[in-house]
Amino acid sequence: MTPAISVSGLTKRFGPKTVVDRLTMTVGAGQIAGFLGPNGSGKTTTLRMLCGLLTPDEGTGTCLDLDIRQQAAEIKRQIGYMTQKFSFYEDLTIAENLEFVARVHGLPQRRALVAATLDRLGLADRRKQLAGELSGGWKQRLALAACILHRPRLLLLDEPTAGVDPKARRAFWENIHDLAADGMTVLVSTHYMDEAERCHAIAYIAYGHLLAQGSVADVIASAGLTTFTVRSDGTDPRALSTLTAPLRALPGVDLVAAFGSALHVGGASRSALLAAIAPWQSTPGLIWQEDRPTLEDVFIHLMARSQDPYAGGAP
Amino acid sequence: MSRPAFSPARLWAMMVKEFIQMRRDRLTFAMMVGIPLMQLILFGFAINSDPRHLPTAVLDADHGPEGRAIIAAMEASRYFSVIAAPDSDAEADMMLKTGQVQFVVRIPAGFSRQLQRGDRPALLVEADATDPAATSGAVATLNVLGQNALTPDLTGPLASLAPRAAPFDLRVHRRYNPEASTQYNIVPGLMGVVLTMTMVMMTALAVTRERERGTLETLLVMPLRPAEVMLGKIIPYIAVGYLQIAIILLAARWVFAVPLLGGLGLLTGASILFIAANLAIGYTFSTIARTQMQAMQMGFFYFLPSILLSGFMFPFRGMPVWAQGLGEILPLTHFLRIIRGVMLKGNGISESAQELLILAVTLLVTTLIALRRYRQTLD
Repeated sequence: MTPAISVSGLTKRFGPKTVVDRLTMTVGAGQIAGFLGPNGSGKTTTLRMLCGLLTPDEGTGTCLDLDIRQQAAEIKRQIGYMTQKFSFYEDLTIAENLEFVARVHGLPQRRALVAATLDRLGLADRRKQLAGELSGGWKQRLALAACILHRPRLLLLDEPTAGVDPKARRAFWENIHDLAADGMTVLVSTHYMDEAERCHAIAYIAYGHLLAQGSVADVIASAGLTTFTVRSDGTDPRALSTLTAPLRALPGVDLVAAFGSALHVGGASRSALLAAIAPWQSTPGLIWQEDRPTLEDVFIHLMARSQDPYAGGAP
Repeated sequence: MSRPAFSPARLWAMMVKEFIQMRRDRLTFAMMVGIPLMQLILFGFAINSDPRHLPTAVLDADHGPEGRAIIAAMEASRYFSVIAAPDSDAEADMMLKTGQVQFVVRIPAGFSRQLQRGDRPALLVEADATDPAATSGAVATLNVLGQNALTPDLTGPLASLAPRAAPFDLRVHRRYNPEASTQYNIVPGLMGVVLTMTMVMMTALAVTRERERGTLETLLVMPLRPAEVMLGKIIPYIAVGYLQIAIILLAARWVFAVPLLGGLGLLTGASILFIAANLAIGYTFSTIARTQMQAMQMGFFYFLPSILLSGFMFPFRGMPVWAQGLGEILPLTHFLRIIRGVMLKGNGISESAQELLILAVTLLVTTLIALRRYRQTLD
């Protein structure tokens, strides 16, 4: 099967700033792909280039076998794009917003379709409520409903669950999986690790560069990170907190992160890490255990490795 | 590049949305009806470029019957209203300086006697001419007054002093507005001013609002053509424009008794050109402005020259050539000529053809600029 998204060398500059730098990425048809990266890493810009809202400065690519430079108008008909900020009409009711979208797409049996969509997303009782009066979770449902009304083959979601409570988030992801089961391809940008782990594939982007791509297991494996979990045996409750600073200073230790009552210590080179922590492993009151790195370990490690070229610090 | 054809269905989608939003925005809607009413009341009733009953002081040092006859004739002209009789020159000067009176009439001592002797005595009228428009009408009548005020008294031995008739008969017809009523000029002009003000502003705001609220991104990512978005925004406001025209025409007829001599059809047709041209200008502003505030400022920037240089407030021919040149660029100038021609002169399509053509060209050019400036991407 041909991939739903296939781009190579995609570059976008705003003035002197290169926001997306030679990005090459593929998303298989019918997949749910997670798009991760720190704030300002170019996720939104990439999504906008994919759906024709921005013209790439360099690079080529296809979306649903349509050229992103030449066939933007055709792409717009076949994709749904949910913006990061709610971008439907707050002075229109839920039903009026959906009817507007249905009219623009020229969908047949508009009334029945809008009614069915409202039912499916549990918005039927609120159909006459102004969109501006809705809470974050309901706005997000409306936006999703409006984006999938014309049954797009590809759905681009830009941080759809930011600021939404866990219950609404879970319901939202169930919707996404239902849509994917129907054959829709979904590319979703997010900051949440649990959401990343719900995706079939993930892509990690930082400062415009794609740093990792593949399934969650692939990304973890390809990072080649060795991690240890350190716990306190309870004799000295402050043992862990006094450990962080000296460990960070050691060569060979790339990652020290606190997770509740445990500390994750990791490094890219297994031998260097083992040499670095050897003196500490015998410290009384601490339990050292080698562990599988988590996705978050990998991301923190990737983020630390790539420097923000605009932060003004030393490279 | 695949370019889907213009779709009436998508245009309809935009229009329905705009109408709903317009209906929800009660304040803006009230303003669109309120502005013509308010301007009508302010300009229609308040402005008079030919003021009458101007306060006048008479310093009569003669107390003769001829002097009194002249004063009586001045009051009968309705331009002058004698409110004071100062005792000294200084007092009269003070009245003029403080603005208590607009005119001081000085009748020198011995006026009657010199007049009867045939010495042609001087009668001095001083006008506060700081505002030339306020005094020009009154001063103009004075010349006629001087000729005729005393004629009934100059009989018998004084008959030789009576003014002789000019060797030819001079007749002036004030056509189209015989009473020189300012309202005849202002009320039709207001139609153009109100439309300029509201139409430019409303569209300028309507599109920048989409950008400010982030909804432009939704519009852009949907398969909408620029022409569909633009017409969808503009057509609802054409309806509003006609509502405003109806209000002003009704008021012109029933409140101000301004005639409508020409055809309503021509008036309606010329209006649609003018409304659409203004909407296209507003739309162009909205493609330049980043915020509603900027759009509003651009609106004012456009509105001021329109009101000052179009011939609405000041006589167009009174302006220097460069200002007339600027005025000729403004659609309001041409619309005013059409509308005044149709309402007051009963002009038909042939008399208005040139101005109609200019409006049509303006509409075409502004529409093309607006469409070219509308970006389909966020770049």
